[in-house]
Amino acid sequence: MKWARTAAIVFLVMVCAACLLANVLAPASYAHQFREEPNASPSRQHLLGTDDLGRDRFARVLYGTRVSLLLAPAAALLSGLLAAFIGGVAGFAGGRVERFVMAGTDLFLSLPWLFLLITVRALLPLNVSPMVSVLITFGMLGCLGWAGAARIICADARALSQSDFILLARASGSSGFRLLWRHLLPNLKPVLYAQFWISVPVFILTEANLGILGLGVAEPLPSWGSLLRELEGFSTITGQSWQFVPLILFILVVSSFHLVLTKEELPV
Amino acid sequence: MRLAPGFGVDEEQLDGRLNARSIQALRDNRTRDANVLAFYSGYLKRLLHGDLGESKTLQRPVSRLVAERLPETLKSVGLGLALGWTAGFLLAVAIVMSRAWYLDLFGSLLVGVLLCLPAAVLALLFVLAQAPARLLLGLVVFPKIFRYSRNLLSRSSALPHVLTARAKGLGNMRVLVWHILPTAAPQLLALLGVTVSVAFTAAIPMEALCDLPGIGQLAWKAALGRDVALLVNLTMIVTLVTLVANSASDVMGKTFRVREA
Repeated sequence: MKWARTAAIVFLVMVCAACLLANVLAPASYAHQFREEPNASPSRQHLLGTDDLGRDRFARVLYGTRVSLLLAPAAALLSGLLAAFIGGVAGFAGGRVERFVMAGTDLFLSLPWLFLLITVRALLPLNVSPMVSVLITFGMLGCLGWAGAARIICADARALSQSDFILLARASGSSGFRLLWRHLLPNLKPVLYAQFWISVPVFILTEANLGILGLGVAEPLPSWGSLLRELEGFSTITGQSWQFVPLILFILVVSSFHLVLTKEELPV
Repeated sequence: MRLAPGFGVDEEQLDGRLNARSIQALRDNRTRDANVLAFYSGYLKRLLHGDLGESKTLQRPVSRLVAERLPETLKSVGLGLALGWTAGFLLAVAIVMSRAWYLDLFGSLLVGVLLCLPAAVLALLFVLAQAPARLLLGLVVFPKIFRYSRNLLSRSSALPHVLTARAKGLGNMRVLVWHILPTAAPQLLALLGVTVSVAFTAAIPMEALCDLPGIGQLAWKAALGRDVALLVNLTMIVTLVTLVANSASDVMGKTFRVREA
C-alpha cells in the first residue's frame, strides 16, 4: 500500500497548498455577501455556487479547510507535547509516580470524550468573536486530547528506561534531565510522530462534530464543522449535489490522514 | 475554568426590565458557584442525599430529567451496540473464514468511509434520507468492531494450533468455534466496554440532530444554555455507566481466561 500512502501525502500537500493560497484562488472573502445571488448554482464566478446568505461557497471551503487543516495539527502538537511530558516523566520516574499519574490518566480516559468536551466548552464563553472561538475550540482539543497518547508514551518510556543504553548512560554519569532530554526523548520520537498523525484526524472529526452542534467555530469564520452544518438545510439540498463537495473533500482529507499512517501505527 | 472570563455571567443580567436588586441577586447566585471547594462540597453533600440539583435552563430537578431521558438513550445505545456488533463481527468472521479478497475490499472500503464521517454528519444524512435514527449508533460502532475483530481473528487463525486443526481436516465452523474464537474472546470482550463509551458519545449528535429525547440531547441543550450543573451530572452518570461496562467486560474476559486455562 506504499502507493496509497504516497497518493495520500500528495493529496494532502495539494489541499494544504490550495488553502494556503486561498487569498489568491478564492474569488472573494469568506464573509463577502453577493446579496443579489443567494443560493446560486455553480457558475464561472462561483465555482460551487453561493450559500443562503450569498457567500461564495468555494471561498468558504478554501478558508474553512485552512482553519481546520492548520489548527488541527496545532492542537495535535499541543496534545502530543502534553502527552510526551506527562507520559515521558511518568514512565521515566516509574514506581509510585507512574502509578499515580497513570491512575489519573485512566480516570481522564474514562470520561466520555464528547461529553467532556461540551462540558468544558459550556464552562467557557459561547458568544465570542470568531477568532476567539477558533482558539477555544482547538485549544480545548489540544489540552484534553493527551490522555490516550500519554498512556502509550508512558509504556514506551518505561521500556526504554530499563534498556541497556540507558543503563550505560546512567553508568557514564548522565542523570535526571540530561538522561531524559538526550537519551529518552530522541528514542520516543517514532511513537510521538505516530500519535501526532493519529490525533490530527481525530481532532478534525471532533471539531466537525462540535461545529455541527453549534459549539465550535463561530460564524462568519468557516471551518469544516460550519460547512458541514449546511447539510442541515436538507429540504433545499435536493437536486443541488454540489453542496456535498465539502463533505466529499472532508472524507478524502480524513482518509488521507488515515492512509499516511502505516498499518503498525494505526489505532485499533 | 471558574477563573475564565465569562464564567458566572448570565445573559439575564442584560435584561433591561430587571432592577438593580434583581441583577445583584443573579450575580450573588452565580458567584456562589465560583468557589470550587464550596461548589463541590455542597454538590457531594446533596449527592449523598440523592439530590442531583436543579437544571438552570429547564428549571427542573436533574434526577427527574435523567430518569425520564436515560431509558431512551439506553434503548438507542443497546440497539446500536447489538447492530454494530452483529454486523461488524459477522463480516469479520466471513472475511477471515472465506479469505475472499472482494469481501475484504468491500469491508475495508466501507469501514474506511465510515471512519471518516463524524457522527453528526451521519445524523444529518440520516435525517436527509429519513432513515430510522436509532440505527445510526450501529454505524458508528460497526467500523471499530469490524477492524478490531478482523485483525484479531486473522491473527488467531494463523496460530500453529489452528493451522494444525485445518491440516487435520476440521471444518470451517469447528475451527472457528473451537480454536479461533476461544483465543480471541478475551480481547473481544475487552472491546465491549470501549464500544459502550463510543456509543454514548455518538448519542449526543444523534439525539440532538434527529430530535430524540435522550440524555445526549439534554447534554447538548445544557451546553448551549451553559447549564454546568446539569452537564456535570450527565457526564458523571455516563462515566459511571462506562466504568461499569468496562469492569463487566474485564471480569468476563478474566473469567473466560481462567476457564480456558
